[in-house]
Amino acid sequence: MADRTDSVETAIDVRAITRVFRNVKAVDDVTLAIPRGEVFGLVGPDGAGKSTLIRMLATVLAPTSGDALVFGHSVLTDPHHVKPRIGYMSQAFSLYGDLTVQENLDFFAELRGVPHRDMASRSKRLLEFSGLTEFRTRQAQFLSGGMKQKLALAATLISEPDLLFLDEPTTGVDPVSRREFWRIISGLHRDGITVFVATPYMDEADRCDEIAFMTQGRIILRDTPSGMKGRVPGRVIEVAVNDYRAAMPVLRALPCVHSLEVSGDMLRVLVSKDADACESTLRDALTGAGFTVRHVTPSQTDLEMAFATLIPTAAKNSDTSDADILAVPE
Amino acid sequence: MQFPWTKTDRPRPSGVDDGDAIVVSGLRKTFGDFVAVDSVDFRVKRGEIFGFLGPNGSGKTTTIRMLCGVIAPTSGGGTVMGYDVVDEPERVRENIGYMSQKFSLFQDLTVDENLRFYSGIYGLTPEKYAERRAYILRMADLEGRENELTGNLSVGWKQRLALGCATIHEPKLIFLDEPTSGVDPTARRQFWELLNDLANEGVTLFVTTHYMDEATHCNRLAFIYRGNIIAEGTPQEVKADLTADTILQIAVDRGEEALAALEGLESVDEGYMQGSLVHVNLGRRTAEDAGLREFLVDHGFEVGAIDRVEPTLEDAFVHLVTQQGGRA
Repeated sequence: MADRTDSVETAIDVRAITRVFRNVKAVDDVTLAIPRGEVFGLVGPDGAGKSTLIRMLATVLAPTSGDALVFGHSVLTDPHHVKPRIGYMSQAFSLYGDLTVQENLDFFAELRGVPHRDMASRSKRLLEFSGLTEFRTRQAQFLSGGMKQKLALAATLISEPDLLFLDEPTTGVDPVSRREFWRIISGLHRDGITVFVATPYMDEADRCDEIAFMTQGRIILRDTPSGMKGRVPGRVIEVAVNDYRAAMPVLRALPCVHSLEVSGDMLRVLVSKDADACESTLRDALTGAGFTVRHVTPSQTDLEMAFATLIPTAAKNSDTSDADILAVPE
Repeated sequence: MQFPWTKTDRPRPSGVDDGDAIVVSGLRKTFGDFVAVDSVDFRVKRGEIFGFLGPNGSGKTTTIRMLCGVIAPTSGGGTVMGYDVVDEPERVRENIGYMSQKFSLFQDLTVDENLRFYSGIYGLTPEKYAERRAYILRMADLEGRENELTGNLSVGWKQRLALGCATIHEPKLIFLDEPTSGVDPTARRQFWELLNDLANEGVTLFVTTHYMDEATHCNRLAFIYRGNIIAEGTPQEVKADLTADTILQIAVDRGEEALAALEGLESVDEGYMQGSLVHVNLGRRTAEDAGLREFLVDHGFEVGAIDRVEPTLEDAFVHLVTQQGGRA
């Protein structure tokens, strides 16, 4: 049962945790502290070690070395004090297709040892919460992808965990369901539940209190979403020009242009911060090359651009000095 | 009476070059009672990047498989590079490249061995192979890694090698099924640059993805949802229905609570979170009429900037789905 009266302010305290499979370091010496009540986002490519890290924190996989404390309890020596406090929704979370929504919930309630007298009220609340009340008698196999994910989340929440691990819960789910799913997460956040979520979607990462980027077993960037964007060494200018593909090499050749990307029929150009006159430089270069320029306007850095810009440097530095890159925001 | 297996309703091969790389009409595929693709019509022009967008299970992969001549449609049909997908699947396959979700590389072979394997499949001459190999190694940034085991490469490298293998025979049309899932943003961006280069050389690209924001890289796109196309056109055309609306982006503390409050207002048609910011759609009303800032301040929120923004493609998708009464 959830005990929210203890005084540990750090929900997860990861200490030099490492996991080796044969000779591959899936997780390589990760140290990380996550405050209670935070929504913490983990992003990174497939094979980065995200799921392995989550499995160790959720006490289902033993670390090769290092340890992690969850609400002050070691996942290594004290897992039976960790388990009742957490919920874990893995990528392959399986529901029973031939059981109804309600039966699935009842099953997970039994499994997690929910007291019988609490079961009805909890599952009623979770069904309302996840918008599944009207589908409670439907077999799980006949739910849409988005509804299945919401049912999996409800099943994970039946034990009322204080800390929730979600491993890519919305990957491939339609945008409408994704929005509903995050509405539920926001509700949990308001209730003070700590959420640790892996996601491939930048807009979801943008909703977290903090984000970490993981690659090759290591966390090489960690910051708040706005901090991450603020670290981009430059500013973004949006350029609308008649033939944007032909315009790309012209812009790339300019000294003030750091990089650029296509966005619809426009270009988003990252220019160095001190390039004051850059707007007119871009405009003049394009007009001079015979293009028709519709507009050149300052724009916002987004998280995708921040990552694309910051990752190469962070990856290069991660072998040498972790201290500078892992600056924890105040 | 028209039987599904009679072919009269299918477009006939209209010659080798009629300007369209893909023409599809009434394409349908059922597996028993399950309708994977209901009825799909669209055209892809030569040399364009065409995005085929939809959530998992919406029928994207089934459609690609029918267009590649791998599975036969239940009814309807189409042409790919002028060849009928039902009557001439071999000709279709000779003229296309296909890169699958799982990249179809041999993990226990080296980079070079994978390239040689695909060269063998397409029967390249030794001279042609040498030329294509050099090109692909440079394109994929794999020079110097020819003898590395494919399984040891990063996802970004695997993805570019897979693109190289799928294009070793220089097809004029390439199908890419979720090519960017699971790669980091840097590799994702490099990959789109490669696709842009191919398009500049006149290659047609048919790309599926469940990342709505990636569609901004496409010249034209179609949204598929539950086996049907719910919109098709350029990114601007697909958003056209929404561009006349006033969409405001609001920086406010306690975003979800603010959103819930705003949604109760008469003037707000639709509201949702975009990252940490609240977006509200006021329909054809103007921002001044709504008085949202005053409303939020009166309710104790701290309000930052309020800006009018353009709708995103995800906004368009959500709008279309909810308009049709579709439930997620």
